[in-house]
Amino acid sequence: MSIDLPGDYSLTAPKPDAHAHGHHDHAEADSRTVFGFWIYIMTDCILFASIFAAFVVLRNNTAGGPTGKEIFDLPYVLKETMALLFSSVTYGFAMLAAYKNDRSRTLLWLVITFLLGATFIGMEIHEFYGLVAAGHGPDQSAFLSGFFTLVGTHGTHVTFGLIWMATMIFQVAKNGLGGSAMRRLTLLSLFWHFLDIVWIGVFTVVYLTGSVF
Amino acid sequence: MLGKLSLSVIPFDNPIIMGAVAFMAICAIAIVGSITYYGKWKWLWTEYLTSVDHKKIGIMYLALALVMLVRGFTDAIMMRSQQALSFGPNHGYLPPHHFDQIFSAHGAIMIFFVAMPLVVGLMNIAVPLQIGARDVAFPFMNSVSLWLTVVGVVLINLSLFIGEFAKVGWTAYPPLSELAYSPGVGVDYYLWSVQIAGIGSLLTGVNFFVTIMKMRAPGMKLMDMPIFCWNALCTNMLILAAFPILTVTFALLALDRYLGMHFFTNSAGGEPMLYVNLYWAWGHPEVYILILPIFGVYSEVTQTFSGKKIFGYTSMVWATVAITVLSFIVWLHHFFTMGAGADVNTFFGISTMIIAVPTGVKMFNWLFTMYRGRIRFTTPMMWTVAFLVTFSIGGMTGVLLAVPGADFLLHNSLFLIAHFHNVIIGGVVFGSFAGITYWWPKAMGFKLHEGLGKIAVWLWVIGFYVAFMPLYVLGFEGMTRRLDHYDNPAWHPWLIVAAVGSFIILLAVITQVLQIVHSFRIRDQLRDVTGDPWNGRSLEWATTSPPPFYNFAEIPEIHGRDTFWEAKKQGKVKKPSAFHDIHMPRNTGAGVVVGGFSFLFGFGLIWHIWWMVALGVLGIIVTLWVRAANDNKDYYVPAAEVAQIEQSPS
Repeated sequence: MSIDLPGDYSLTAPKPDAHAHGHHDHAEADSRTVFGFWIYIMTDCILFASIFAAFVVLRNNTAGGPTGKEIFDLPYVLKETMALLFSSVTYGFAMLAAYKNDRSRTLLWLVITFLLGATFIGMEIHEFYGLVAAGHGPDQSAFLSGFFTLVGTHGTHVTFGLIWMATMIFQVAKNGLGGSAMRRLTLLSLFWHFLDIVWIGVFTVVYLTGSVF
Repeated sequence: MLGKLSLSVIPFDNPIIMGAVAFMAICAIAIVGSITYYGKWKWLWTEYLTSVDHKKIGIMYLALALVMLVRGFTDAIMMRSQQALSFGPNHGYLPPHHFDQIFSAHGAIMIFFVAMPLVVGLMNIAVPLQIGARDVAFPFMNSVSLWLTVVGVVLINLSLFIGEFAKVGWTAYPPLSELAYSPGVGVDYYLWSVQIAGIGSLLTGVNFFVTIMKMRAPGMKLMDMPIFCWNALCTNMLILAAFPILTVTFALLALDRYLGMHFFTNSAGGEPMLYVNLYWAWGHPEVYILILPIFGVYSEVTQTFSGKKIFGYTSMVWATVAITVLSFIVWLHHFFTMGAGADVNTFFGISTMIIAVPTGVKMFNWLFTMYRGRIRFTTPMMWTVAFLVTFSIGGMTGVLLAVPGADFLLHNSLFLIAHFHNVIIGGVVFGSFAGITYWWPKAMGFKLHEGLGKIAVWLWVIGFYVAFMPLYVLGFEGMTRRLDHYDNPAWHPWLIVAAVGSFIILLAVITQVLQIVHSFRIRDQLRDVTGDPWNGRSLEWATTSPPPFYNFAEIPEIHGRDTFWEAKKQGKVKKPSAFHDIHMPRNTGAGVVVGGFSFLFGFGLIWHIWWMVALGVLGIIVTLWVRAANDNKDYYVPAAEVAQIEQSPS
């Protein structure tokens, strides 16, 4: 059954006469996916906000352990930060190349982005390793629990981003920029820039204020 | 190799638990046996387990919820009978630690594995149909959500006989839930079953939010949506904003327990009160995640069976939106006694009272919808009337508890228990039954038996009042919650009355089981051939019962709130004349596989079997990889096939 004035409209029903209906439906599905992913990122934002809140509540509970000022190496973290921020810029270049349908340049920028991201993660692991080796692991005080968890959660996100990026490098190298590639690159772009913004929060709230007070 | 797992963790020495295990095993064998006997495995796999159809997924959610309702209700009966017996020299039949596990399991199961699947199941069945869509925005993700919920259910049931369940209450407050005071696996069962199911709920939130925002039928503005869809929209916004907080809260407690961190410990600067704040920052919105969709059910039922459009549509929508916003600024009323100080308590006391105002607006809207309507007292309408009375009482005791001074006396007493059962049973449970009865013919193709349904309503309502009104009295008499034994003779008679009430509810539940079984047996007499058995107003009644898998052969065009209703009045509803190809997703077993690996992940974490955890994570990633590499995930149903389905007699 249907209602008077039967319609055939963009969102879910294909055009009656359209032989090329595939293209239209997939464009709709893509826009839904990007919107859905954006909504997911908003929930991730709340996830980080909760951990930030826990960190701020616990930041002075050092329980005889070191304070932030004693363990943070600000110049080191600044280099780490620069690696991540520049990886956002290079991802932007990858997207520009992808819009121009330039596969090899897209791949080049993706690989550079991957290397910058891997540098960031490597530096973070190095920092964590040094702290744990010095006896300042996450089990020493509530402050360190919050520090490791907040920075580590961001690091885990970046790691998943890197796995995703490696997958995309593989897909673009193998199948080019057609099919699902553009949609996935767009989603990864949202994710990657989002992680950059979160890191700016981490750098400010954890490292900068931690080194001042 | 197997972490903390060994044969000794199975409580062979506990006859009550082993009896329950034997009962569940018999049920499982009976189900597996009859599926095998009737040769239904292939049918079950292709038609249900691998389905990405929102209607089938909705049915599975509801089936899951009803099974778990029986489990959670068994816990309730055990607690009520223990408290009726365990007075003075008699210590009842449940040792304290077993009693602790039962009340913890009861709360966790009823909230996470009964109430949540009930509302998610109803949203799955009704929302896409009501907005004139062919499915949800991400059908595969919907299947994953379902299977993550199933994994939570399996884990929490496994705790019955492999190891133990948490003894810390369903809120699992630290420091009691920390490793120092709860060294067993009970708290870990709780954390991981809820965490995994919670990820499923979060994905559901993304899915339905996008579905409602992006997939409404052409012409349907937001303010043209049925009230149920508005409430579903607000519910999903709440899920999106609240569930990440729960994820973090449980992750931090898990980090304390697994890696020796100090978020909520007594020592090394930990802050247990941080947990309580985070928990309820999720927990209070959760209350509205459960009740808002059910408010939507009551709105649909009231207008359909009063033969009138809903009174004050706009005020209903704004009341829902107001509740959505306010639900985030009342969480502290769950712990006024924590010591936040008079100013903070005053703020949260007043905000709690304010949230009763939009709820009151809704109450009056339902009453005015019924006023001068031509009311048909069908089972869903009877549930609704029972709700109006019961929920009002529960709401008023809630406002009483919102006064911080009064709360200091009533906090953690049975008055509180009476209050929240009054709103959850009188609100969520009655409404879920109303919704199930209302949409059953749409989902299954036949109505439920009305006579047995009405008996169940009466038994539930009488049983509820007999079981819970005494708890208000006991609260005033100073009885605290979660007691497995007491010596005060003044409490004993009231607890016997409450136990009697719980057995009346048992009769109600048995009647409901009979109702479903009997309705299945005589389904040919109860069959709905019209697609519109109740003379409904919204789009789900514009298609057949059950709808074809694509829902609508032609997506209707909407102009106004009551397009279908007006078309019916003017005799303008007609069958489509020409058919077109329809774009649909293919079924997939990937959801089940992701669920299977999530189970390994959760079970491995609970028992510290690290290779199993790694296998679980790797399995999930590889499954999603393989799925992402598959380009054959959707297809077109040819117009000829659509024509054949539409023109065959239903």
